[in-house]
Amino acid sequence: MSEPRTSPEVCGMGHSMKRKEDPRFIRGKGNYVDDIQLPGMLHMDIVRSPFAHAKIKSIDASKALKIPGVLAVITGETLAKYNLHWMPTLMSDTQMVLPTEKVMYQAQEVAAVIATDRYVAADGVEAVEVDYEPLPVVVDPFKALAPDAPVLRTDKKDKKDNRIFHWQAGDRAATDKAFAESDVVVKQDMYIPRIHVASIETCGCVADFDRVSGKLTVYMTTQAPHAVRTVFALVAGHVGLSEEKIRIISPDIGGGFGGKVPVYPGYVIAVAASVVIGKPVKWVEDRMENLQADSFARDYHIHAELAAKKDGTMTALRIKTLADHGYADAAANPSKFPAGLFSICTGSYALKHAFAEVDGVYTNKPPGGIAYRCSFRVTEAVHCIERITDVLAQELKMDPAELRLKNFIPPEKFPWKSALGWEYDSGNYPAALHKAMEIVGYEALRKEQAEKRARGELMGICISSFTEIVGAGPSKQFDILGLKMFDSCELRIHPTGKALARFGTKSQGQGHETTYAQIIAEELGIPAAQVQVEEGDTDTAPYGLGTYASRSTPTAGAAGSLAARKVREKAKQIAAHLLECSPDDLVWEPGKFSVKGAPSRSKTIQEIALAAYTNHPQGMEAGLEAVSYYDPPNLTFPFGSYIAVVDIDRGTGQVKVRRFVAVDDCGNIINPMIVDGQIHGGLAMGLAPALLEEISYDDEGNITGGSFMDYLLPTAVETPSWETAKTVTPSPHHPFGAKGVGESATVGAPPAIANAVVDALAHLGVRHVEIPITPEKVWRLLKEKGLAE
Amino acid sequence: MIPSAFDYHAPASIPEAIALLSRFGESAKVISGGQSLLPLLKLRLGTAEHLVDIGRIAGLEYVREEGGSLRIGGRTRESVLERSEIVQTRFPILLDTARVIADPLVRNRATVGGNLAHGDPANDHPATMLALRATVVAQGPNGERTIPIDRFFTGLFATALAADEILTEIRIPVPPNRSGGAYMKLERKVGDYATAAAAAQVTLDGAGNFTEVGLALTNAGPVPVRASAAEDVLLGKRADDARIAEAARRAAEVASPTADRRGSVEYKREMARVLAVRALKKAVERAGGR
Repeated sequence: MSEPRTSPEVCGMGHSMKRKEDPRFIRGKGNYVDDIQLPGMLHMDIVRSPFAHAKIKSIDASKALKIPGVLAVITGETLAKYNLHWMPTLMSDTQMVLPTEKVMYQAQEVAAVIATDRYVAADGVEAVEVDYEPLPVVVDPFKALAPDAPVLRTDKKDKKDNRIFHWQAGDRAATDKAFAESDVVVKQDMYIPRIHVASIETCGCVADFDRVSGKLTVYMTTQAPHAVRTVFALVAGHVGLSEEKIRIISPDIGGGFGGKVPVYPGYVIAVAASVVIGKPVKWVEDRMENLQADSFARDYHIHAELAAKKDGTMTALRIKTLADHGYADAAANPSKFPAGLFSICTGSYALKHAFAEVDGVYTNKPPGGIAYRCSFRVTEAVHCIERITDVLAQELKMDPAELRLKNFIPPEKFPWKSALGWEYDSGNYPAALHKAMEIVGYEALRKEQAEKRARGELMGICISSFTEIVGAGPSKQFDILGLKMFDSCELRIHPTGKALARFGTKSQGQGHETTYAQIIAEELGIPAAQVQVEEGDTDTAPYGLGTYASRSTPTAGAAGSLAARKVREKAKQIAAHLLECSPDDLVWEPGKFSVKGAPSRSKTIQEIALAAYTNHPQGMEAGLEAVSYYDPPNLTFPFGSYIAVVDIDRGTGQVKVRRFVAVDDCGNIINPMIVDGQIHGGLAMGLAPALLEEISYDDEGNITGGSFMDYLLPTAVETPSWETAKTVTPSPHHPFGAKGVGESATVGAPPAIANAVVDALAHLGVRHVEIPITPEKVWRLLKEKGLAE
Repeated sequence: MIPSAFDYHAPASIPEAIALLSRFGESAKVISGGQSLLPLLKLRLGTAEHLVDIGRIAGLEYVREEGGSLRIGGRTRESVLERSEIVQTRFPILLDTARVIADPLVRNRATVGGNLAHGDPANDHPATMLALRATVVAQGPNGERTIPIDRFFTGLFATALAADEILTEIRIPVPPNRSGGAYMKLERKVGDYATAAAAAQVTLDGAGNFTEVGLALTNAGPVPVRASAAEDVLLGKRADDARIAEAARRAAEVASPTADRRGSVEYKREMARVLAVRALKKAVERAGGR
C-alpha cells in the first residue's frame, strides 16, 4: 500500500482513522430498533407452528382475547380480507404472511397477538389454541424431486412437482468433450450445510401509522430501506399506502450479513396491525425465532468434477447442484440470477471449459437462500473449486500450492474472460499465495508434518486461493425486482467548509460513517472528522439499493467519490473567479487550488466553500453540492490466499486451528484498520461453518439446532490469532481502485480449514470431509483407519 | 423467552426461606444463581408459582478449611470458588471443574450448590464431588442433616433434597499427602455441556500404588455416574498405563449416554474412556506419581 496522500488531520484514504461511530456504540448510546419507544406503542408476539407441514383446522383466540391487555389476535383470515396474507419474494416467488390453509415449516408464523405490554403479548401467544392436522413432510431435497413426492406448493394451481428452477451456465458440449480428452478426472460430492447469519441483533420493527396524515413510518432492521419502501408501495398500494407517505428508517443495525435484506412476515403483520389499530406496534424477534424462522443461507448439495492433464494443467470443470430453498424461493439475489453468482466457480484458475447447473427445490423448511456475508452463492462456489482442486492435487500426488501456482490465471492475462462469462477486472494470484506461504513458513511446516506423521501425530496445512465477485452491479445485468443496482451519494458542502454526505446504502457495522467520510476527505481535502455521513432514512437519503454483497464501496463509495469530484469541478470555477485566473491555470492538491507556477496564490476548499455562498461568480448558481448515481461498469474481483495449519487430537477427533494466515487483496484500501477488522470478523464467520455451525432437521422436519445451545457460534476461545497481510492490485475501473472486502474472509476461510483437515488425514487415504468438521466425524475416520487413541 | 408470571420472595434468613418453602410446597422453587432455572422458565419448559431467592441470605458464600474438610457455602458463586486460594493451591480438580462451567459471565452468578441441587447429570460439579467423596449439608424444618454425595442424586433432575430443604454447604475431606485430582471435559465450544467428561481423584502410597481412587463421569446417564468397577481395578495397584487403560475401559462400560447433537452413544462412551484415561493420568501426575 502506498503512503496516504493526505495528512493525518485530513485523514483521507489509507489512514487507520478510528471509527466515528464507535463512541456511541462503546458507550451504549446506539439507537437500535428495540431502543425505540413511541407514545402509546403496542407490542406484538407471534404464534408459531410446532409442525413442519400441517393443515390448520382451526385457530381459537378466545382465551387469549380474555387476557387483560391483549387487544387483538391477527390470523391469515384477518389479512385475507385485505389480500395481504401472501406476499412476493425478491425472486418472484410468493410466501405466506400468515397462513389460511396450511403451515409449511416448523416455526412458521401462524397468528400474531397485539397487546399493551410485551409480557402480556407472550401470555397471549401461549393462550392461542391451534388445531393442526399433520401432513407428510418433505425434508430431503433429493426425495423432494422423486415422482411420488407430495407436491408442497398446492397454492400454485399448475405446480405438479417440487422443482423451483433450473439454471445453467457454460458450454455443456465443449466441457464434456474436454473431459473426454483429459488424462485425469476427479469427482467429489460435497454438501454446504444450511447455516444462519445469527447477527447479534435479531430482526424487528416499529410500525407507526398516523391516521391523520396517512403517513406510515417504519423503523426497521433492514439493509435496503429504499427498496423496502418501493416494495411496500407496490404490494400495499391497494390498501391506500402510497410511496410518498411511506418512510422507512433503518436506525443503528446490529449486524445484517444478508439476513436483513428480506422482508419477513413479522414486518408486514406489524404494519397491518398499526394501520388497522392506528397505534405504533413494535415487533422484535427473540433469538430462537430468529434462528428457526428467518432466512437461512447455503444448503447446496454439490457434485463437482475436475478434469486435468497428467502434468496438473486443469482443463475443464463440471458441476451439478441441488439447492434446497425451503418452502419458498426467498433468496435475495439479483433477479436474473436464481443461483446468484455461483458461476464464479471457476475460481482463480485459467480453466478453458466449464459447465455448471443448479436446480432449486421446495422442502418443508424455512424459506430463503440469502447471501450470508457473501455476494450471492460465492461461498458455495469457492468451497467447491477450492475443495476439488485439493482432491485433484491428492490424485496427482502434487503439492496443493504447486498445483494452484500452475493453474492460476497469469497476472498479465487480466482482464480475464472466464469460461462462465465473467470479466475478472484485475488480479495477481501468485503474489498473494507466495506471500501467504512465506509468512506461514510453508516449507518448514511440510517438514514438520512429515516428522509428525512418522511419530503418528496428525497435522495438516492447506490453502484456499479464492476469487470473489462483488459490487453488484452493472445495470445491464443487475436488478432487484426491476430496480437497477446502482447506488448513490448526495454531497453538500456547508459555507464553513464542512460537509454532509448522504448515501443510498446502510451500514450494519461496516463503518460507513468513517470510510465514506475518508473518501470525501481524499477527494476534497476536507477533514474526514468534518464530514457527516447519513444513511438509512428514506425521507432524507438518496435512493439506493442498500448494503450487502460487498457492494457499498464499489457502488456508493464510487458515487461518493464522483459526487466529490463534481463539487471539486465547481470549486475550481469559483477558485478561478477568486484568484482572477483561468480554471485551466489551476492545479489541485488535496484541500486547495493554486495557480500554476505561483503556489502562493491559492484558495483552500474552505475558502472556496464560503465563497460559494457569499461571493459566487455572477451567472453561476450559488451553493456547493452534487449528486451522483453510480452505475458500475463491471463488478470487482477481490481475491486472496489463506493458509490454515491444524492439529488433530487422536483421542477425541478435535481439530485445533494452530495458525491461520490470510493474505487479502481488495485493491486500494480506504481504512486499513477497518479492513483488518472486516477480515478478522469474516474469518471467525468462516471458521464457524467449517467446524461448528449447521442447522439440520430430523425426518419430521423438526429443527435440531434451533438455539445457541446447539447452533455453535465460535467465540474468542475457538478462534485462533489471525495473521493478516495484504497485496494491492487496484481495480482498473473503480474511481479510486477499490474492491469490496467485507465478505472475502467468510468466503475464503472454510475451504482453507477443510483442506487442512483433509491434508492431515490424506496419508490415510482420506479425500474429503463434509463441513462442519465435528470431532465425531474426524474420530470416525481415525477409528476406521485404526488410528484412534 | 418470556416466563409465565410468578411471585418472587426474597427471605433474609434460612428459617424464613424454609418457612416459605414449607408453605408453598411443590409450587415453589429455590432460586440461587438462577443460571439453570431462569432459562427453563423463560423457555416455558418449567413453571414455578413462587420463586424463593436465597441470594439475600447472609453467610452462605464461603470457601474455607475446617475440621479436616473443605467447606463450600451452598450459595458460593463459581467465580468465587475459582478465585479461592485453597482451591487454587490444593484442589486442582475443583479448579479444573469451575473453569469449564459455562463461561465467565455465567460463573459470576451460578453457584456450586445450585450446580448440584439442580440434579442435572450434564452439570460438571456432580462428577467432581463424587470423585472427591463430598457430603452435602441440607437444612429443613427439622434442622440440619448431611447427605453423602453417593445418595444425593436420585434421578434426572431429582435429588435427595426435600421440597422444603435448602442445600447450605458442601464438605469435602481434605486429601492426604500424595493426592491429586483432575477434571477433563470435552465440549463442542466454550460454554457447552460436556460431550463427555471424567473426574478423577487419587492418593498414592510411597511405592506408587493407589490407596484411594475416586472416578466419576459427567453426562453419561440420567444421574451422575461413579465408576466403581474402575476404582476397584486400581485400588492397591500400581499407577501404570495398562491399569489406567483397563480402569478407563471399565468406566466407559457404566456410561449410558444418549445420542444428541454432541454425538452418538458410541462416540460419547468412547470419549468417556479417553477422558477417564487423561483424567487419571493427570491426577497421578499431580499426586507426584510421575
